[in-house]
Amino acid sequence: MALKFEELAVGQEIGSRSIDVTRQDLVKYAGASGDFNPIHWNESFATSVELPGVIAHGMFTMGSAVQLVSDWAGDPAAVVDYQTRFTKPVLVTDTTGTSEPGAVIEVAGVVGALDVDARTARIDLTVTFGGQKVLMKSQAVVKLA
Amino acid sequence: MTINPDLQGRSYPAAEVYDVGREKIREFARAVKATHPAHFDVEAAQALGHRDLVAPPTFAIIVAQRADARLIEDPDSGIDFSRVVHADQRFTHHRAIVAGDQLRAELHVDGVRAMGGGAMITTRSEITDADGGPVVTTISSILVRGEGQ
Repeated sequence: MALKFEELAVGQEIGSRSIDVTRQDLVKYAGASGDFNPIHWNESFATSVELPGVIAHGMFTMGSAVQLVSDWAGDPAAVVDYQTRFTKPVLVTDTTGTSEPGAVIEVAGVVGALDVDARTARIDLTVTFGGQKVLMKSQAVVKLA
Repeated sequence: MTINPDLQGRSYPAAEVYDVGREKIREFARAVKATHPAHFDVEAAQALGHRDLVAPPTFAIIVAQRADARLIEDPDSGIDFSRVVHADQRFTHHRAIVAGDQLRAELHVDGVRAMGGGAMITTRSEITDADGGPVVTTISSILVRGEGQ
């Protein structure tokens, strides 16, 4: 199951994942991270600052998207560098009391580059919501044995 | 209110210690919907060669945002938190964060750039352990929206 650097090729897919998001998930993330900005949990506050509604923390999206890489690498500690630019908000509708998600984030990853000397693979993530990219230049560098 | 242009180059020395606890790692991992056993099960983490539970790759944001708060809450900075948008983020791990770590962050303001009526501010946190060894470097850019932006 351990990944072998020599068996990787640029362009190789590492898999994909759908992440269901509810308003409750955003409250959980707020508590876990300490980021209590009300745009992530209060509709009237969000609309008062000219947002279309409650939006996910950018760091929720970034943090949940990288799990695809942790699982592929087999050890979350192998992710030695991870960066992204936040381009569009993920609008999370209020589905409280139902079993429906308020938003679905789609994540897919490919091997974008290989560094033979460092024995690292750069994984380029495509992260979309409603068909639009919400993260740009989302790259995780994985150190292989 | 305008952003103080003299912020560039300013730094805030490491202050309070952040104690990394197992339950916090588990809580944060659940909050980002992580499922890897190294975040939850000490034996699974140790089987991979780690001293204790491994924090998810973005866990350091807790420490970095506490450091950023020192700048944002500095009355001299001119930053209105309600107008702050997260623009980009990077984590460079010198080693993984594990439960039991005692972390401190030294904050550096690396860039202040006027954008419309607002400003883009880039900060860097150098996060170290109890022995002063480097653990993770985080770089964040925040956009402080000006009026009508």
